[in-house]
Amino acid sequence: MNVATLFFYLFSTVMIASAFMVISSRNPVHSVLFLILAFFNAAGLFLLLGAEFLAMILVVVYVGAVAVLFLFVVMMLDVDFAEFKQGFLQYLPIGGTIGGIVLAELVLVLGAWSIGPGSIASVTTPTPPGMTNTLALGRVLYTQYVYLFQASGLILLTAMIGAIVLTLRHKVGVKRQNVEVQNARTPAEAVEIRKVASRQGV
Amino acid sequence: MTQIAWIGPLLLTLLKSVALLVILLIYIAYILYADRKIWAAVQLRRGPNVVGPWGLFQSFADMLKFVFKEPVVPDGANKGVFLLAPFVMGVLSLAAWAVIPVSDGWAIADLNVGVLYIFAISSLSVYGIIMGGWASNSKYPFLSALRSAAQMISYEVSIGFVIITVLLCAGTLNLGDIVKAQDTRYGLLGWYWLPLFPMFVIFFISALAETNRPPFDLVEAESELVAGFMVEYSSTPYMLFMLAEYVAIITMCALTTILFLGGWLSPLPYWPFVAIPGAVWFILKVSGVFFMFAMVKAFVPRYRYDQLMRLGWKVFLPISLVMVFLVAGVLELTGWGAGMAQ
Repeated sequence: MNVATLFFYLFSTVMIASAFMVISSRNPVHSVLFLILAFFNAAGLFLLLGAEFLAMILVVVYVGAVAVLFLFVVMMLDVDFAEFKQGFLQYLPIGGTIGGIVLAELVLVLGAWSIGPGSIASVTTPTPPGMTNTLALGRVLYTQYVYLFQASGLILLTAMIGAIVLTLRHKVGVKRQNVEVQNARTPAEAVEIRKVASRQGV
Repeated sequence: MTQIAWIGPLLLTLLKSVALLVILLIYIAYILYADRKIWAAVQLRRGPNVVGPWGLFQSFADMLKFVFKEPVVPDGANKGVFLLAPFVMGVLSLAAWAVIPVSDGWAIADLNVGVLYIFAISSLSVYGIIMGGWASNSKYPFLSALRSAAQMISYEVSIGFVIITVLLCAGTLNLGDIVKAQDTRYGLLGWYWLPLFPMFVIFFISALAETNRPPFDLVEAESELVAGFMVEYSSTPYMLFMLAEYVAIITMCALTTILFLGGWLSPLPYWPFVAIPGAVWFILKVSGVFFMFAMVKAFVPRYRYDQLMRLGWKVFLPISLVMVFLVAGVLELTGWGAGMAQ
């Protein structure tokens, strides 16, 4: 047993255990923290596979940004999970049926799906020797898949604009700061110097 | 035989890590002292001058004081998360030093994605703050945690773009190779601070915001939030937070040095200067950058929160985006890009 195997079992055990804790812990904040732990271990598994770029991007994007927003929402909204669980038994038959149907469909689809032996060569592009995998990934993304890459970027941009448009409201009667106007003020127009006579006031 | 072959390198790495940690922590102790002294000098005070000659042992006395005090855990606090938060902060801030090359090849882990690693680790330090703020179960820490999360994510975006411009020029994500890419015969004029000067300034200011240094220390603004997310912390957990903060600051100084100030390279590539070991130049440069950090703390009044957000999103983000575009365009048109040759 070498070190890589040891770390593989370590990462995967901790990952599965923390993934289980995500759905079983009572405190939602703890759930998010366990989710972060699971992300970390997934990054570790990527490292073991030699995909160090993916590992780092996983940590930067999911742990550093997405999970922070999760944590934000979970902390800010005072979600009462006991209330959620009250209706659990009532909805169990319907939920269980739908879940079962989806599972059965997934099994049927994936069970019948076989990867063509010829397509493997075109799907997986091995890292050329003497090249870091960041460089290799970049070359594939920006040449072969450049349109797909740009299209996914545009879709994300649209989603972002959509979210902003949905939540943007201009309230009337709110005092807003206009930085340009503030910066344009000069002492000549903003400050008035007066001689104040003693015991007289302004 | 093959099974225990990895124990030797493992022990060596452990030894190296311990050596680095000890040196780093002693360095931090004097950085803390320097911070207080510089701040005092600007305000015409004496600063710490009682413990040891010129107060040189002040940081160690402070450390002992923290360790011997009683840690108080508030009644309504979420105890596990409350105590976990300072550890997360401390471990993450020290972990970043695993990839920083102090001299040519003097890094504990010579990662191919070193820059990304540091970026990932520094983006994680927000967790310590959020966890500490939430677990304290008190309103000032919580407000501070919310502020800090928004602040750090905002400034990470511009830091990311600044790093991308440097990567475009160097053509590598390896920190050591980035320094080597700056090794030209022009000495300090060939380092990236000159060709990428706007990005150097943006990086410096964003680093202040990312490490919650004044003028962006809204996280612990004492006049409004008492001490921010650290209000409920005392003794050793508090010390861990402080330590993590200063380690993060030094990490940012080191990153500035590596990305823009030529890392361990000597400023003049001639004989008496190149004979000085690279580590000395590195420490000198890091201390120089820290001096600028300390001076900013002493000079600049604290930003208002909306000003901070405006600066991050409406000023730095557009400028750095345009610069990424410009730098990429120039490299492509002139063929100066180092990594494009392959």
